[in-house]
Amino acid sequence: MKISFNINGQPQSVEIEDPNTPLLWVVRDMLDLKGTKFGCGKAACGACTLHVEGEAVRSCSYAVKFAEEKNIVTIEGLGDRENPHPVQQAWIEHVVPQCGYCQPGFIMATAALLAKNPNPTDEDIDNNIVNVCRCATYTRMRKAIHRAADLTPSSKVRNE
Amino acid sequence: MSRNNTYLVYTILHLNNSTSAAFQPLNKRSASTIQKMNKNKKTSRRKFLVRGGLGTLGVLAIGTYVFRNPLRRKTLSIAETLIPPYNGSGTKANLWFEITKDNQVLLHSSKVEMGQGTFTGLAQMVADELDVAIEQIQVIGAASATGIVDGLSTGGSLSIASLWVPLREMAATMREMVKGEAAKKMGVAKSDLTTKDGVVSGGGKTMTYAEVAADVTEWDVPGTPDLRPVSSYKFVGKPIPRVDLVAKVFGDPIFGMDAEMPDMLHACVIRPEHIGATFKSADTSKAEGMNGVVKVIETEDWVGVVAKTFSQALAAKRAIKVTWDIPRKWTESDIREMLQVGKGDRMITQKVGNELEPEDANVVSIEFSSPIGAHAQMEPNGAVAHVADGKATIILSTQVVGITQKQVAKALGIDTADVNIIPTYLGGGFGRRLNTSHAVMAAKMSKEVGKPVKYFFTRKEEFQNDTFRPPTHHIMRGKLNEDGFLDSVEHHYASGDVAINSVLMPGFAHTVLGTDFGAMRGANIMYEKIPNHRSVQWHTTLPFATSWWRSLGLLANTFAIESFIDEMAIKAGKSPVDFRLAMLGTEGNQARIRKVIEVAAEKSGYTDQVKGDKAMGFAASIDTGSPCAQVVEVSIADNKIKVHKVTCAFDCGIAVNPDQVRAQCEGSIMMGISGVLHEKMTLKDGQLYPTIYGPYEMALMRDAPSEIDIHLIQGAEVPLPVGEPPLGPIGAAIGNAVRRLTGKRVGDLPMRLG
Repeated sequence: MKISFNINGQPQSVEIEDPNTPLLWVVRDMLDLKGTKFGCGKAACGACTLHVEGEAVRSCSYAVKFAEEKNIVTIEGLGDRENPHPVQQAWIEHVVPQCGYCQPGFIMATAALLAKNPNPTDEDIDNNIVNVCRCATYTRMRKAIHRAADLTPSSKVRNE
Repeated sequence: MSRNNTYLVYTILHLNNSTSAAFQPLNKRSASTIQKMNKNKKTSRRKFLVRGGLGTLGVLAIGTYVFRNPLRRKTLSIAETLIPPYNGSGTKANLWFEITKDNQVLLHSSKVEMGQGTFTGLAQMVADELDVAIEQIQVIGAASATGIVDGLSTGGSLSIASLWVPLREMAATMREMVKGEAAKKMGVAKSDLTTKDGVVSGGGKTMTYAEVAADVTEWDVPGTPDLRPVSSYKFVGKPIPRVDLVAKVFGDPIFGMDAEMPDMLHACVIRPEHIGATFKSADTSKAEGMNGVVKVIETEDWVGVVAKTFSQALAAKRAIKVTWDIPRKWTESDIREMLQVGKGDRMITQKVGNELEPEDANVVSIEFSSPIGAHAQMEPNGAVAHVADGKATIILSTQVVGITQKQVAKALGIDTADVNIIPTYLGGGFGRRLNTSHAVMAAKMSKEVGKPVKYFFTRKEEFQNDTFRPPTHHIMRGKLNEDGFLDSVEHHYASGDVAINSVLMPGFAHTVLGTDFGAMRGANIMYEKIPNHRSVQWHTTLPFATSWWRSLGLLANTFAIESFIDEMAIKAGKSPVDFRLAMLGTEGNQARIRKVIEVAAEKSGYTDQVKGDKAMGFAASIDTGSPCAQVVEVSIADNKIKVHKVTCAFDCGIAVNPDQVRAQCEGSIMMGISGVLHEKMTLKDGQLYPTIYGPYEMALMRDAPSEIDIHLIQGAEVPLPVGEPPLGPIGAAIGNAVRRLTGKRVGDLPMRLG
């Protein structure tokens, strides 16, 4: 069957046999957007986090049929080298990644959090950012999340 | 969007396939010997050969350091002191780096990047001797076809330390070659030329390195130049941002999991879930007719299914019914029964002074234990393989490029030279990728279907087929003298395999070495002034694979020893800091351990008094020559241990990139917190369990201390291992704080109160 959605600002249609195929594999293997990672396949680690209608979604456990007519953003569409998203900018400033495999998932989860809560407290961060990083870059990530909040225009307005 | 980096790797390999030359090997020496050598070196020595060609210039190091048999080394000195130099794999021409037409330097790294910042450190070392800017260097993991992959592995926290001398010498040689050629082309005396940012200048003229190299076919190769003083370096010693930082923040496809080949198919493999189970038969009839399925492959011990997409392969896998022969359902208590001090093979790994009398009433004895630990690295293991016309190409995340190459060649019955292993960035290693024999499965399946095949583990396969950190059991014994200091201390420890039976060690190693030097890491007593001290290993091979896990025995051994030291300090009524300092000598590594203890105590404002709801815990260790001391601030609420702050003093000699040394301290501390407070694999119905994150509890953001305060001390003139030593003290430091808060000594990991 044909499923149509908007991904990273572009309309896209895919022809798929099984509409229950996880969105992750459509994004990675059909659309060749490899930034969204496979970690566990059970929505337990967050490596596959992307945005559907601005919400952080663990795409390994999200059937592609639910993406029909939705707006999807992956790490490739969040920002680019010329115009990094504030979360990416903060990640660069704090040199967060080690192995880097889980980082797109964390960055997407953080971007979704900041969109709703532009000035999260440590507690907000602890409660909302629940992905797994085996290199355990958590202390740098927490600093980078606060920095990203500072870099986000809406939060600046709120701070003033 | 940027296309898969692995294609880039392919291209480069084609460029370099024709290289050949010969080189006189430099004998293998420890880092300190190499340092001494450098001081006395004459410039007449020529170590490197060169390959010229249009637009490129490469420095070749041929058979640089011949592979040496680990058995020839003294086991104890490997584990405790020696930095093995680069273990090159033979006599082939090896190309390390080349200058491209756009004046970039391409460094083929014999070591892979698995997160520790190794590529960045190597780039810094090259930049400072070759006189190029850091932005001009691109680092890639060398494919086996280049011939420069490390014969042993990437591991042991040894990458920077082992390449410290040879890599800088090659860079310096290349710089002098460029200058020599530039002198001819520019008509300026070589001595009047200077080099900076990949440009040669002198006599009012300039040329880029690429211009100098453009049409050279014969290079004049000078004797190996003296290295510059470290103090003059612009990049080494500075917190340069990681060379892979931007790629990792924008989600570039740099991992094995991201690799593709044209016309590629996807595969799943069915493996036994029960420990010790063997394949009997399979009913594949349903799977064979399923959508997208190309072929079901039965081998002697596993069944694989190849399909057009991963989802199809997974669905077909679930439709295959395999009958297993399960001779026994192992239980948790079976394992604990096998793994005890007093059982298995005994080996004294340290012996100073006298042994404690068994019946001495003054002896304090405390037992400790640690559980089975999973690697749980985020990127599942896997490989993309293409086998055709008697040749194999395999792209994967691996710490053992050379060993995987040999395994695949053997399994396919082809020459090693016909197998090219292309390593990618690793989505975590931690020792798990020291066994990447699944490349064989991918290769066999590719051969069967005649197309490239991508096979990677499901998370359940990952958890059940890990090469686990072995469980351990420890008995600490000791007694105080009349002055309240330790007269004797003994560490008796039982462990499953770490080094023994691993792919890095031959099967007969056990009989030769008598001990598992991996399990031994951190097991010996570091306090030399204790008149009587010893360490005794009891080794047992368990019915499931246990092997290398970041820092090996260090986490559990230091937990036992430093918890016990703390308990004896309490018994003696002494500050645990003063108690430790009194037992240390004043020379060499003893002085370096002393220093980290003093700095950690001072910077943290350490006190053994409980303040409010918080207490501090102190512990120290030395691993592979890098001492570390840590102080934690801990509180307990609802029986949950919370670590608020960690102060860490660490001496790894020269910190090539201080920011990344800090990052390794932070990561090690946090991974250690996860290991000692949360993680545990168990046996359930004869299977290893859990098989997914979540039930396999790990530290998350909410468990991260609000501050990790790191103090780096340079107590040696060479870079020493970084990636593992800071894992040592954290467990005992937390246990010692808990002891202050509760009055109870925690003996078992993970620490669970109430």
